[in-house]
Amino acid sequence: MSESMKYFREQRLPHIWCPGCGHGTVTGALVRAITRLNLDKNKVVVVSGIGCSSRAPGYLDFDTLHTTHGRALAFATGVKLSRPELKVIVMTGDGDCTAIGGNHFIHAARRNIDITTIVMNNNIYGMTSGQFSPMTPKGMIGTTAPYGNTERSFDLANLAIAAGATYVGRGTAYHAKLLEDLIFQALQNKGFSVVEAVTQCPTYLGRRNKFGTVVDMLNWFKDSAVNVKAAAVMTPDKLAGKFLVGELYNKPDQEFTAAYDQLVAQVQRKFDSFKGGTRECAQNSD
Amino acid sequence: MTNVKLMQGNEACTLGAITAGMDFYAGYPITPSTEVAEICATELPKIGGKFIQMEDEIGSIAAIIGASLTGRKAMTATSGPGFSLMQENIGYAALTEVPIVIINVQRVGPSTGMPTSPAQSDVMQARWGTHGDHPIVVLAPGNVKECFDLTVKAFNIAEEYRVPVIVLTDEVVGHMREKVVLPEPGSVTIVDRQKPQSRANYLPFAADQDGGVPLMASFGDGFRYHVTGLFHDETGFPTNRGDIANASIRRLMRKVEKAEPLIRDYFTESTDDCELLVVAFGSSAMSSLSAVRQARAKGIKAGLFRPKTIWPFPETVLDELAGRVKRIIVPEMNMGQLVLEIQRIVGGRAPVESLTKVNGELFRPEEVLEAIVGGRK
Ligand SMILES: Cc1ncc(C[n+]2csc(CCOP(=O)(O)OP(=O)(O)O)c2C)c(N)n1
Ligand code: SF4
Repeated sequence: MSESMKYFREQRLPHIWCPGCGHGTVTGALVRAITRLNLDKNKVVVVSGIGCSSRAPGYLDFDTLHTTHGRALAFATGVKLSRPELKVIVMTGDGDCTAIGGNHFIHAARRNIDITTIVMNNNIYGMTSGQFSPMTPKGMIGTTAPYGNTERSFDLANLAIAAGATYVGRGTAYHAKLLEDLIFQALQNKGFSVVEAVTQCPTYLGRRNKFGTVVDMLNWFKDSAVNVKAAAVMTPDKLAGKFLVGELYNKPDQEFTAAYDQLVAQVQRKFDSFKGGTRECAQNSD
Repeated sequence: MTNVKLMQGNEACTLGAITAGMDFYAGYPITPSTEVAEICATELPKIGGKFIQMEDEIGSIAAIIGASLTGRKAMTATSGPGFSLMQENIGYAALTEVPIVIINVQRVGPSTGMPTSPAQSDVMQARWGTHGDHPIVVLAPGNVKECFDLTVKAFNIAEEYRVPVIVLTDEVVGHMREKVVLPEPGSVTIVDRQKPQSRANYLPFAADQDGGVPLMASFGDGFRYHVTGLFHDETGFPTNRGDIANASIRRLMRKVEKAEPLIRDYFTESTDDCELLVVAFGSSAMSSLSAVRQARAKGIKAGLFRPKTIWPFPETVLDELAGRVKRIIVPEMNMGQLVLEIQRIVGGRAPVESLTKVNGELFRPEEVLEAIVGGRK
């Protein structure tokens, strides 16, 4: 960890999260993965939306952008397209990413833009104190689902794969080393990468759903998670009620900003480059 | 050698933007603004710039804010429904002081309204569309050449004062074709944001409390700073302190208030001795100008005041005129929006009449003339 500390803004600590919140564990896993890759602090931009999870970038010593609810990927798209040489990481919550930000999420995946997205999925809206999210399992209690959630939830990994993400993994706050390894891999994929980090909100999900202590919540992850490799030889009834962790998808494909830069080079070979001032406009617009 | 071209307003806005140094465009197609996106898609790759068609207008404005933070001059263009979607992030740009330019080619609303017909009904939304007290600058071109000039100016203002700037045109100005004499390359004044010289002790939001503008570092240049839409102190990190929020809001508003005499832009005709003043902007001012000339031919002492900066409104200019005219007429293609600001400034010194039109058609000069003549005792 000591080597990782250079990537933290130590003067910003302690953080705002509740005791036992899993967001710190996920942030730690990200920073350890960055440490292993020895990324240049000056060339990383971390972008987030709004939520407890989205406060994480404030503690990290990079250029950091805390945006509006759900829009982190759209801001990040502007940063990455503008300066493709920068490493762009998005930290987002399950509500931020899959409810209000769902459209940006599928389109960032479709473009395969080189952004590593860490979805801190605590299955609830933490910051606004416990309303259900699109990732809240059916039957669970939220302040706006006082009799139990009647909505179906997303399978975020499958959503990301179907939309075009080229690297997808899932870890949990219990499987912290696995999480770090997945993020380590995701950061090296030249394309849109998603790591779903299942994490605990003891304050709002845990308490209301009578999960007991933080340790009980972590044990819940331990007992429900099945590594994708082990799952391959398990029968469907053995897998009922479980979720997969590990590397779920890894198929590199052409990256968006690189494709755009290629196009620019092609176009520039065809046309004289612009020398400033006004120029002939080829457009015939009616 | 003069560079004379026949072009439409949307094209002139785009050329103005490129001349000002715009090299990043993000947008979502919408009539009657789409030509701006189409021209950017064609032209920006030629100059090594970037174009992206985003999934919606919320994403479009988010992307240009992200790009501007990396040091680019970035723009989007839209119309009514898309402009509504952009409001939240306009506030974000205002509070985080990220320079951006938005072209809003107005059409008839509310809702999907009449997509191909002109209106001027986003005057108040352009000023107050996002929540909270915030600074904004809105420029209203009245012809094709001004689309070029005012888009250059929009970038210069955005860069100098770190505020979002809206170029408020309409379907007629955007699609109208006129001969335009383009300025010689190099003869156009271009302003770039002030950047910090040294990374040591960079305080990204430190500025003179009296409307000062902080120095803006680019992401990726090693400054490693934090940007948030929460109220923040000069370090950029969030704070809940009311005294800091208070000082920030006042500084942000003061930036534009202080800039007003410097960015003020307007056109007048026959106002030296006028007894009747028409105040109109954008395409309504074209018919108003013709009406004022016809009135003069009839011996009526009419004049025209056409603000090009509509927010902040050139208050001192109107204030002076208001003291010496007998009547003021304000034709607008809306139910009466800018007239409220004019009534406030005139303060009862002369009767201010609102002339409204919301059928998706321009004022005919005769309609304005009728109002001028009709009210004459
Ligand atoms: C446009 C908008 N709508 C609603 C909110 C209120 N809000 C703030 S955070 C949040 C939910 C965050 O949940 P999630 O993304 O799951 O993050 P968590 O707090 O659980 O980490 C909501 C609804 C907002 N800030 N902006
Ligand atoms: S409310 Fe939940 S998500 Fe937010 S800090 Fe507390 S434990 Fe974490």
